Amino acid sequence: MSDSASIMPEHPPVTDWVNDFDHTDPTWTENPFPIWEKLRAASPVVHTERFLGCYMPTTYQAVKEIAYDTDHFSSRRVIVRDVRPEITARAPPITSDPPEHKPAKQLLLPPFTPDAMKKLEPRVRAICNELIDEFIADGKCDAAARYTKHVPVRAIAHMLGIPEKDGDLFIKWIHGILELGIKDDNALMDAVREMTGYFAGHIEHRKQNPTDDLISTLMNARDKDGNPLADEHVLGSLRLLLIAGIDTTWSAIGSSLWHLAKTPADRERLVAEPELMPLAVEELLRAYSPVTMAREVVKETTVSGCPVKPGNMVLLSFPAANRDPSMFPDADKVVIDRKENRHAAFGLGIHRCVGSNLARMEMTVAIEEWLKRIPDFRLDPAGKVTWSEGTVRGPRQLPMLFGKAN
Amino acid sequence: MAGKLKIRVDQDKCQGHARCKSLAPELFDLDEFGNAHEVGDGSVPAGLEDKAWLAQSNCPEIAIEVTEE
Repeated sequence: MSDSASIMPEHPPVTDWVNDFDHTDPTWTENPFPIWEKLRAASPVVHTERFLGCYMPTTYQAVKEIAYDTDHFSSRRVIVRDVRPEITARAPPITSDPPEHKPAKQLLLPPFTPDAMKKLEPRVRAICNELIDEFIADGKCDAAARYTKHVPVRAIAHMLGIPEKDGDLFIKWIHGILELGIKDDNALMDAVREMTGYFAGHIEHRKQNPTDDLISTLMNARDKDGNPLADEHVLGSLRLLLIAGIDTTWSAIGSSLWHLAKTPADRERLVAEPELMPLAVEELLRAYSPVTMAREVVKETTVSGCPVKPGNMVLLSFPAANRDPSMFPDADKVVIDRKENRHAAFGLGIHRCVGSNLARMEMTVAIEEWLKRIPDFRLDPAGKVTWSEGTVRGPRQLPMLFGKAN
Repeated sequence: MAGKLKIRVDQDKCQGHARCKSLAPELFDLDEFGNAHEVGDGSVPAGLEDKAWLAQSNCPEIAIEVTEE
């Protein structure tokens, strides 16, 4: 049993959500929305003794207060887990606090502007069509396994300058870090070690054979004193870009297609009025935000009047904030042309997702190309939709049938 | 008749979500980091008032100010 020494006992099922929440409970994984409603009705901030102590802000306002307060809430740990081992593998800028955060973030921003994404868009459109070509004749597919997963894998591989065919490796590491790693420290450390070795090899290769991809951009970056970044910084940022660039958008595209599969009115409207796509993408991001972040409380304070104590983690649920009815009328309804939509799917404050423009472009293109080729589709009643657990939520099995229902 | 509108992006609040640029490209520009600023002196040409308000009401950081002159 020595191999599983780091695996914590399975979590007991939750019976009291308000005082004992658990974002890895199967009920939460399957359908978190009624749980969030219950928690929000109880308090703007709830607490659990699980995960060595963890708060969760339940309202948009409380999430925003924490996201903006880098004095009391550190980003040094960004995943709520059963264990809190010493921090060894950083991933700047997501794990950085001020003042280190800003220079680390600014290095990554120029390659991800909307203009930079426009240049990448034709490649992503081609990727989508290559994928659809592989399954459209079958009349059905598991859209999570055959389509939504591969779009971000190939796009980020293209940007980083690493082989798209290594995608299965990336998916394995991400599963180890974002899902298994919540309860199994070995799974997380193994994945981090393998990723680090993988990128170290690519860096070494570029020392002899310079390229113009994102890996080289980071290798060539200089700090304000003109010095290159430490290897650990380059490797950490590369790990971040790969981890954050795949599961997230895989989930967002998958949830969008899941919604459209079971909502013919929205699907038909998008086919008939493609100009609605920008508003629709924002609304799908709001309603099915994939990413829940974390903070660690480092100084005592209050959030929306609730006391918050150091030693606890914070489950920073942007998805729950985006379902807060005091911020969004009809919050639990997808209003496909919602006009006013200050959603926080990409975070709020200094840690706004560096890849948000990439994610939006991939979502838009992936939905557009799917609707052009497969305007009618529905969930396959013979299959089962399954959802990922924990930090990033989206469909991991998404069986679809194409064509109109008889 | 309402007066002429003027927009301003608070550079301390903007985090580069780029929602304004997407909704009202005539009124906002982005710098090399993707952070937004108003085009010119921020005066909103006639006919683009709705876009100014739309951008303002979609900024997640509440960084856009719209004033009537």
